[in-house]
Amino acid sequence: MRHLLSIADLNKSEAISILDTASELARVSDGAVKKLPTLRGRTIVNLFAEDSTRTRISFEAAAKRLSADVINFSAKGSSLSKGESLKDTAMTLQAMGADAVVIRHPASGAAQRLADSHWMSGSVVNAGDGTHEHPSQALLDAFTIRKHLGMGGSDLTGLSVAIVGDILHSRVARSNVLLLSMLGAKVTLVAPPTLLPVGINNWPAMVSYDFDSVIPHVDVVMMLRVQQERMSDLFFPNVREYSRYFGLNSDRMACMKKGAIVMHPGPMNRGLEISAEVADSARSVITEQVTNGVSVRMAILYVLLAGGALEVGSN
Amino acid sequence: MKSADYLIKGVSLPDGTKTDIAISDGVIASIKKGFKGEAHIVLDGSECVVLPGLVDLHTHLREPGREDAETVLSGSRAGAKGGFTALSAMANTSPVADTAGVVEQVYRLGQEAGLLDVFPIGAVTQGLKGEALSEIGAMADSVARVRVFSDDGNCVSDPLVMRRALEYIKKFGGVIAQHAQDPRMTIGSQMNEGVVSARLGLKGWPAVAEEAIIARDVLIADHVKSRLHICHLTTAGGVEIIRWAKARGIDVSAEVTPHHLLLTDDLASSYDPVYKVNPPLRTESDVHALREALADGTIDIVATDHAPHPTEAKECEWQEAAFGMLGLETALSIVQKTMVDSGLMSWAQVAERMSIAPARIGGYENHGQPLVAGSIANLVVINPTQKWTVDRDLVLSNSSNTPYHGHELPGVVTHTFYKGVATLINGNLTSIGGK
Repeated sequence: MRHLLSIADLNKSEAISILDTASELARVSDGAVKKLPTLRGRTIVNLFAEDSTRTRISFEAAAKRLSADVINFSAKGSSLSKGESLKDTAMTLQAMGADAVVIRHPASGAAQRLADSHWMSGSVVNAGDGTHEHPSQALLDAFTIRKHLGMGGSDLTGLSVAIVGDILHSRVARSNVLLLSMLGAKVTLVAPPTLLPVGINNWPAMVSYDFDSVIPHVDVVMMLRVQQERMSDLFFPNVREYSRYFGLNSDRMACMKKGAIVMHPGPMNRGLEISAEVADSARSVITEQVTNGVSVRMAILYVLLAGGALEVGSN
Repeated sequence: MKSADYLIKGVSLPDGTKTDIAISDGVIASIKKGFKGEAHIVLDGSECVVLPGLVDLHTHLREPGREDAETVLSGSRAGAKGGFTALSAMANTSPVADTAGVVEQVYRLGQEAGLLDVFPIGAVTQGLKGEALSEIGAMADSVARVRVFSDDGNCVSDPLVMRRALEYIKKFGGVIAQHAQDPRMTIGSQMNEGVVSARLGLKGWPAVAEEAIIARDVLIADHVKSRLHICHLTTAGGVEIIRWAKARGIDVSAEVTPHHLLLTDDLASSYDPVYKVNPPLRTESDVHALREALADGTIDIVATDHAPHPTEAKECEWQEAAFGMLGLETALSIVQKTMVDSGLMSWAQVAERMSIAPARIGGYENHGQPLVAGSIANLVVINPTQKWTVDRDLVLSNSSNTPYHGHELPGVVTHTFYKGVATLINGNLTSIGGK
């Protein structure tokens, strides 16, 4: 595996191998010395053409715990904000000897363009491209679900997951639908019809417009952020109405199955798609998602740059 | 008897009959078997088909303004290579062709290039803004004698502006060529809205945004009894509306591009912007509906929508890239592949759809004429038995954004004759023409 651009690039055993590697690496992170020497001397560039502090620091922490040298290249104040093309940026990174580029970009397909071009030769990790995919987020979500609810097996067979909110514009939803269904989970997408893409019918997921009818039957409720710019573009009448039908509040949480968990990729709009009570409740695994994010991203870099999965039980 | 300038021996007419064609003094001097006279240049046409020179009703020549992408001369060279003897220069140049001055300049550049006729298309509205009518009458009366008006690139979306434009052009028998795209439904759109756009996370350009405008405009054209042409039809639904309008007797014609007869939206999966075009590539079932409609005459013509762009406009992220692809040098091959080799159309129908009908719609004299003695010799000779491989580094256009790079295509354009002079012989441009 040379790049991670889309969950569609992975088969089931490769996905599980990343999750298993992350489990092993998580044990390292729990120890007193958090660092592994695996990627010493390798250079990883975080190319963030779109602001995302949490994803960037997660990848940065992951790379540093594997002893890689990390260069952060952000939109603001860089040549990207001065209109430099993706091609020129990539060729610059190539000239500097980047072994891998972790790219966050507002254009769908930007990571694939970088990987398919001859502009650079390093590995490309998609850290979120437009409204396309965010594969590392899906892997950390699957990791978190497996850790909490896994039936002892390596996959997610038998579990039901609801993904709730702006599916149309969500790269998190696209990656999660592909990954969670591949791992055997039953996925239901819950959204107003305006926020579901035309052409969704062949996705490996069910669709519902009725959050209340879905809640009692799922093991995981994954809430998506409502982006500010959607609020004024006719997708729903107003924020309060959205919240009334598709927000996760205490009343709805009370209808959840015993042991069911609440997830959110962050950053949250408290009081809009999720109430403060729910976000801070015992069912919420939201901060744990952040923690797991580092282990999973370590595993991704490990698999791409150290040439394969970590053997379970090895050091 | 004086010797002919050219003699093409044993060539097939569109209906399949073999003949010899002698060309002298700009006209077809003789078209019958067993030409007895002398000729300066004798060409073997035994594997070839002769058609009236191709006429493109939709070409972006980019001059004035974007000469780095294409010029009237480079576009004329690409046209001659592709078998064209007439092109229609779209109005979305910089400055926009919305005055007599600009259309006369483009017309003159075409004459100077001298490889084919360049007929300028005038903008419907000033600056293509869709608000105030451009100098339609002045352009019609100019040396360029403009008859086709289009805001192509933009839709004339205001129904009142469209109505007035359709009415106004009746004065001189003009036609409005509509780029059917509802602007509100396609803000930021990147590709066909459907299964592929849902997966790729690219903003959809729904078929209904095209069909709604076509439906509206055929009704307006009917009401004011004027002549409407629909540019680059791409959807099965649009075909149905045109079929209905024609059955009702509405004076509407429609074009399809070669790329919409062959390519589909799943090509966007590569995120390679060479496949980014407006209107977008649609689905397999749309492609089949377009082919059937072209065969049965619901769609009147093939037009290239040749849209050159410089390298940097395509060597970038999909959503940053320009819309459009090259078409002139590959059009006839794509039509052979999709329509002739598939058995849907005869060469006589190709002549109708790529020469006779576009010349009629545009009012282009001396083009799309019957292949008889005395006709101006605007001709193309194609060898349908040969194949060639498209190489973007070898195109004659100033740009290289062809979606067919590396494709092996059937049909080699061997000779093109413009007003009785060869612009292309054995696949090579001749040295005629200005500059």
